[in-house]
Amino acid sequence: MKPPPFTYHRARDVAGATDLVAELGEDAKFLAGGQSLIPMMNFRLARPEHLIDIGRLGELSFVDVGPESLRVGSLSTHRAVETADLGAGFEVVRDTMRWIGHLPIRTKGTVGGSLAHADATAEWCLLAVLLDADIVVAGAGGRRRTIAASEAFLGFYTTVLEEDELIVEVAFGRPAPHAAVTEFAERKGDFALVSAAVDLDVSSGTVSGGRVALGGVGPAVVRVPEAERVLHAGGRAGTDLFETCAQAAAQAVEPPGDDDAGTGYRKALVRNLVVRACEEAVAR
Amino acid sequence: MTFGTATGDGERGAGFRVDGTWVGAPVTRKEDPRLLTGGARFVDDIHLPRMLHAAFVRSTVASGHVTSVDLSRVLEVPGVVAAFTAEDLDLGDITPRLDRPPEEYTETSMPILARDRVRFVGEPVAVVLAEDPYAAEDGIEAADVTYDVTPPVLSEEQALAPEANAVHEQAPGNVLLDVSMFASDGIDDVFAEAPCVVQVHTRTGRQNALPLETRGVVAGWDSRAEQLLVQTCTQVPHQVRTVLAGSLGMAESTVRVLVPDMGGGFGIKCVVGREEIAVAAASIRVRRPVKWIEDRKDALSASFLAREQRYDARAAFDETGRILGLDVDVLCDMGAYSCYPFTVGIEPLMASSEMPGVYRVPAYRVRGRAIATNKAPTAPYRGVSRPQHVMVMERLVERAARELGLDPLEVRRRNLITVFPYTGVNNVTYDPGSYLESLNLCERVIADEGWYETRRAAADQGRVLGIGYSCFNERTGYGSDAFAKRKMQAVPGFDISEIRMDTAGAVVVTTGTMSHGQSHETTMAQIVADKLGLPLDKVKIQQGDTDRVAYGWGSFASRSITIGGTAVALAAGNLGGKLLDLGAHLLETPRDNVELGDEGVRQRDDPARGLSYRDIADVAYLKSHLLPKETEPGLQASASFDGVGDGTFSNASHGVVVELHRDTGRVEILRYVCVEDCGVAINPQVVDGQARGGIAQGIAGALFEKVTYDENGEPSAASFLDYKVPTACEIPDVGMHHIETPCLFTDNGAKGAGEGGTIGAPAAVLNAVNDALRPTGVELNDTPITPQQVFDALTGALEVAP
Repeated sequence: MKPPPFTYHRARDVAGATDLVAELGEDAKFLAGGQSLIPMMNFRLARPEHLIDIGRLGELSFVDVGPESLRVGSLSTHRAVETADLGAGFEVVRDTMRWIGHLPIRTKGTVGGSLAHADATAEWCLLAVLLDADIVVAGAGGRRRTIAASEAFLGFYTTVLEEDELIVEVAFGRPAPHAAVTEFAERKGDFALVSAAVDLDVSSGTVSGGRVALGGVGPAVVRVPEAERVLHAGGRAGTDLFETCAQAAAQAVEPPGDDDAGTGYRKALVRNLVVRACEEAVAR
Repeated sequence: MTFGTATGDGERGAGFRVDGTWVGAPVTRKEDPRLLTGGARFVDDIHLPRMLHAAFVRSTVASGHVTSVDLSRVLEVPGVVAAFTAEDLDLGDITPRLDRPPEEYTETSMPILARDRVRFVGEPVAVVLAEDPYAAEDGIEAADVTYDVTPPVLSEEQALAPEANAVHEQAPGNVLLDVSMFASDGIDDVFAEAPCVVQVHTRTGRQNALPLETRGVVAGWDSRAEQLLVQTCTQVPHQVRTVLAGSLGMAESTVRVLVPDMGGGFGIKCVVGREEIAVAAASIRVRRPVKWIEDRKDALSASFLAREQRYDARAAFDETGRILGLDVDVLCDMGAYSCYPFTVGIEPLMASSEMPGVYRVPAYRVRGRAIATNKAPTAPYRGVSRPQHVMVMERLVERAARELGLDPLEVRRRNLITVFPYTGVNNVTYDPGSYLESLNLCERVIADEGWYETRRAAADQGRVLGIGYSCFNERTGYGSDAFAKRKMQAVPGFDISEIRMDTAGAVVVTTGTMSHGQSHETTMAQIVADKLGLPLDKVKIQQGDTDRVAYGWGSFASRSITIGGTAVALAAGNLGGKLLDLGAHLLETPRDNVELGDEGVRQRDDPARGLSYRDIADVAYLKSHLLPKETEPGLQASASFDGVGDGTFSNASHGVVVELHRDTGRVEILRYVCVEDCGVAINPQVVDGQARGGIAQGIAGALFEKVTYDENGEPSAASFLDYKVPTACEIPDVGMHHIETPCLFTDNGAKGAGEGGTIGAPAAVLNAVNDALRPTGVELNDTPITPQQVFDALTGALEVAP
């Protein structure tokens, strides 16, 4: 469990990092918190020849809370977000952090690293997709572009990012005062078997719309239009509506099963976790 | 001064020994300052000049013939210094032996490095030495090993199939041990005529004992001492010396095994591993010290495992719930090799002999088998079989209670042994314990805390709670007679201690036991301090050094405090005798007029008159001309102790409250109560710690951990991602209660306390889960129980038990 040889580079600024990665090509990887990359290197499942350490790019480490928006720098740790005051509109982002690994992981792992790694159960991917976040990336030669979260994640550990692109920020443009994320895993801190996220449009006890996202049910986090249609049809915020919504979500997905947790069980988890997320969201 | 009180129910309420004695006091551990401030030294903290680092080329196939091993490219890797195959090192195999006939036991050998055959994925084939561990791992990647792959044997069905491949040529049917230790006359009639017969079929998952510190060694030739110095984390330093010297063809006197601080062992370090020997041999070849630290991947896949067993058990009961007979077939999947010194018999023999446990069983039949498979080998893991067979026994009792419409606790009470000594159908004599008292107290605690009401109220709200118990004993302090019954050819048992007082009146005491986290430096010092009237800081325990410590059997089978603790007490007593002799002589008073007091010898008839140990030592060492003519200078003594009869039985009852989550199938432990009786607790804090840690490992087996393989025999739980060791978040706090039934043959009444927690937990957890599942009609008897199984049971998706 020792990595193969690699060359270590430390970036001084974003431009330097992206230009260097463009020059070194596919054998180079950015190193942020290292909470996914380093274990993979230790197992020799990842064998980058060059590591570009962006850990000292302080300008990427920020949490900027506005009245209607939230911007989080890609180098912010999960813990920094967990301990920030994000206001009522983005409490869900703060509260979701507790689901990410264990405390030591949260003090090292970064927002950008998690988005770029694109695990199918990653909480940041789930939040970004649920809340229609924008992911801002920088490329070589000072290029910048904004990717809608809905377009970002392609499949197993795969995103639309180009080789030379570095995530610099994730921006949430719409407050979500009635959103919640919940998960189930056998142990606290494990990758979720299934994670469920909802963001309800609710007023005076009546739901008029909302968004539903799931993790762990396929190669990447997904939104579930079938479940969202139930919310858009509207109704009183309560068990009947939530269960109908959850049932629609469970029917819409076909999670891969294994010996310990089959597809049917995972679908049942989807159903029950969506209900739980709805209840938590409306209670917020 | 009062340090603590027993929470026992008064009948035995002796409480912990207090009032100025060290034994019984929850003193803080002597080990803690260095362990808690980074001052401890573990194997991986040892750095020697010119030291190389080893890594092992390991088999990538579960079963096959090695057709070629080409290490030429390994030697081209930057930093690699040497690489050796089995042929290069030419080492003797490890061959554990039992004195049993061939129809019962097939002897097999484990080579240090695989030669012609490989028998599991991860088996070491070659060792690579490099300037750093990174280069060593680069080196093993460059090795080119080819195999002629044969279909692996990965389950008992495959092992016992008529056309199965033989894991070892000498055992064509893959059965390495097949013993029927007991078969009561007329047992078939007992079952035929019994009003109630219940069955339990159980499979338990393969587990990894998982010490936080993995295995490791630093070995190198010490030319000044003319010895091979082997620093390794082992529970059995002398046995490592014996096997290592034998394998290398060296005299034992030319090998010194030195054990630094250890981060756990739990049994997998009480067998002799092959990597340590390969590293020692390689270090001699390259004339440089070599370090090997097992990484977590290898620890999870290529170390020693345990606990994969299948039970087909039935028990006969009369209408009142009394046990009439017990009939058990236990089959243990021991993996690819037999472990030294215990052999593949370790699990089936333990189950065969101990299965009746705390109950009066009038008729008993058992067949125990060990089979070979193409998986990493096994070793005795904390509790050895007892976590499994206690679980089976407790499930049998529960099933009978259901069948007969009786309270399961009442069924237990009707069968518990209450008159001691008791000699069972298994030919084992049990010394006094508190089987009934501990169960009664455990039930009372659960009841007093209101859990029965909580369960009822929760049911009204649609929640699913269950309460479960387990009752068990644990044989500790096995002496050589008890081990000889196992027919091991190397028979553990005794322990020798030597004690020396220095010129300042402080003592150093050796023990052949080996603390790997159990605080022996504290607890044994407490024993010695009481014997000699010394403060704790004047007692130093010396262990883990084959040059300084007389031949010992190390620490396993909860033997340290019972056997080792009595040996240190006797040695201290002998030294005390010498101090009294000398004190009386110097005080010019009769021998029977002196006693040991506060760091000295004082006169009984005039306690103001006395000599401090320093005064006596001054004469013994610095003014030896004042000694009586026949007295040797110096202050030293020794003693040995062996376990008596069948050993001494600790016992406990566990009570567990679980909630089954309807939406996920999660099993949440709401409450865990342990009422334990390990005789006199030398240090209650240490006893509590042992119980709590053991319970955590037992819960792990019941609900979380399972070593798995894919269809090719590739380990599929080779990281903590898949091998689900529970964390502090999953393990509840444990309510600890104590009853004290002193052992009659250990010096201070102590019984062993190392394994009990692990033994009782799976049964109690399983019973609680099944209590909660009772309305569904489903019974879960295999471990680990998964959330999906619970979920399916709660939603009616699982078949109802017959």
